[in-house]
Amino acid sequence: MQTALRTSLPETELASRANFVPHARVVREDRPVQTSGLPLSIRGLRKSFGDNEVLRGIDLHIPAGQFVAIVGKSGCGKSTLLRLIAGLDKIDAGSIGFGQDIQPEDIRVMFQEPRLLPWARVLANVEVGLGRDRASKDAHDRAEKALIEVGLADKRDQWPSVLSGGQKQRVALGRALVSRPRVLAFDEPLGALDALTRISMQRLLERVWRDQGFTAILVTHDVSEAVALADRVLVIEEGRIAHDVTVNAARPRQRGSVELASLEGSILSHLLSADDRT
Amino acid sequence: MSLIDSISLPRSLRLPRLDGLIQWIVPLAIIAIWQVASVTGFVPTRVLPAPSDVVLAGWKLLLSGELVRNIWVSFWRASIGFLIGGGIGFAFGLANGLSQLSAKLTDTTLQMVRNVPHLALIPLVILWFGIDESAKLFLVALGVFFPIYLNTLHGIRTVDPQLIEMGRIYGMTDGELFRRVIFPGALPSIFVGIRFALGIMWLTLIVAETIAASSGLGYMAMQAREFMLIDVVVLSILIYALLGKLADSASRVLERLTLSWHPAFQKR
Repeated sequence: MQTALRTSLPETELASRANFVPHARVVREDRPVQTSGLPLSIRGLRKSFGDNEVLRGIDLHIPAGQFVAIVGKSGCGKSTLLRLIAGLDKIDAGSIGFGQDIQPEDIRVMFQEPRLLPWARVLANVEVGLGRDRASKDAHDRAEKALIEVGLADKRDQWPSVLSGGQKQRVALGRALVSRPRVLAFDEPLGALDALTRISMQRLLERVWRDQGFTAILVTHDVSEAVALADRVLVIEEGRIAHDVTVNAARPRQRGSVELASLEGSILSHLLSADDRT
Repeated sequence: MSLIDSISLPRSLRLPRLDGLIQWIVPLAIIAIWQVASVTGFVPTRVLPAPSDVVLAGWKLLLSGELVRNIWVSFWRASIGFLIGGGIGFAFGLANGLSQLSAKLTDTTLQMVRNVPHLALIPLVILWFGIDESAKLFLVALGVFFPIYLNTLHGIRTVDPQLIEMGRIYGMTDGELFRRVIFPGALPSIFVGIRFALGIMWLTLIVAETIAASSGLGYMAMQAREFMLIDVVVLSILIYALLGKLADSASRVLERLTLSWHPAFQKR
């Protein structure tokens, strides 16, 4: 099933290999039982900006409802991959398929910046996420439900400028969720938050993912965040998938557990060893 | 400019009864000192009449109906000229902010015209329109055009591109994008333009009415000079000050109503 996956473990890393199970497909009961998510098939994906080839042939299959984290150094192409998946940039070569025809509302993106309209109240900002359904009668109700989901029902009539950074990001999450997307792409959504807010946001992300069962793709530079949240961690180096790591820890996960820490350590050592080679 | 002003005076927006009075202390004190100086003969009334004389002159003109008529004429010229010039400036600002082609086509020309002081056109305008209404309207419209054009353009160009991308991702049409993202984002800058334009509006009108008019406040002042009625001259100047203040207050109220989302206008 995942034969197209690229795994190029350097020989020197054999010691930590025990933690890498690149091809394992384990059916686990803690994945959402009924997934609304879409599967993703990416073949031969390439993208250049001018002379700079950012993605050099990505082959990847993501089963419906999986939570995938993409890590890598700055400039490795992870954000570009996410933007291509979300349809924000044009593909140079290759393809991205979702197994069926999709609506724009099926895919949503959440960025590092909340990108809220400062001149719209919280509820109206969430309604923006409904896309073409904005004008429908139940727009208000749906937006309110999304706000309840992210725990900000009491802020519905506030201006974004009075919210804290974490609250703004929760509104952005509500806006992304309100159309019941089937693929949700996160581009460093917690990168600008303080440590405590990050942890509570990670829990929130995990909860809504389990409730709604969308396919989640999280780009992050924080390896501990990746192993805490994802079913699978992809390490991207120089425009290619260098490692594909399955995280088998049961949910809810124990932050700082030995299992996660050793996994985090081995992924980090891969990232750093790549650094030494260059 | 407008935002900075309101940051320094946020309380006056909320407590008009108390803080509204504070801003009048200085003008009232100046008038009181002026009255005392006149009454004691420190300032000869030939140079500057006492405030009480000015009020008396105003009262007489009010009774004759001349004052109201002239204020009305000036007010009408100012608003029509403002609407015409502001409307055209806003339209060009929108067009050049939204369309690269339009900007390439017209921006250079407009920048060249902008560097000609519009009051320097008065001789030409008199030759064209005589001392007709259109002469005043033309000058006011021309003066008001540029601050509104420049600030509308600037406002639209500086709307956060990340918000525009967000709007596109969430499927906004061009119309929606303009209405919900671009225009509200440009609004604070547009208001700065409006407040600059209001100042230029009065300035232009005063000059135009003093030089070439047969009615209006500027004309009233020039007539009074002919007959050495210095109290009427001072009255006209004071009325200009009041009208300018009024226009500024009106734009502030409008600003507060439409920019209530802005941190500078929020209750703390």
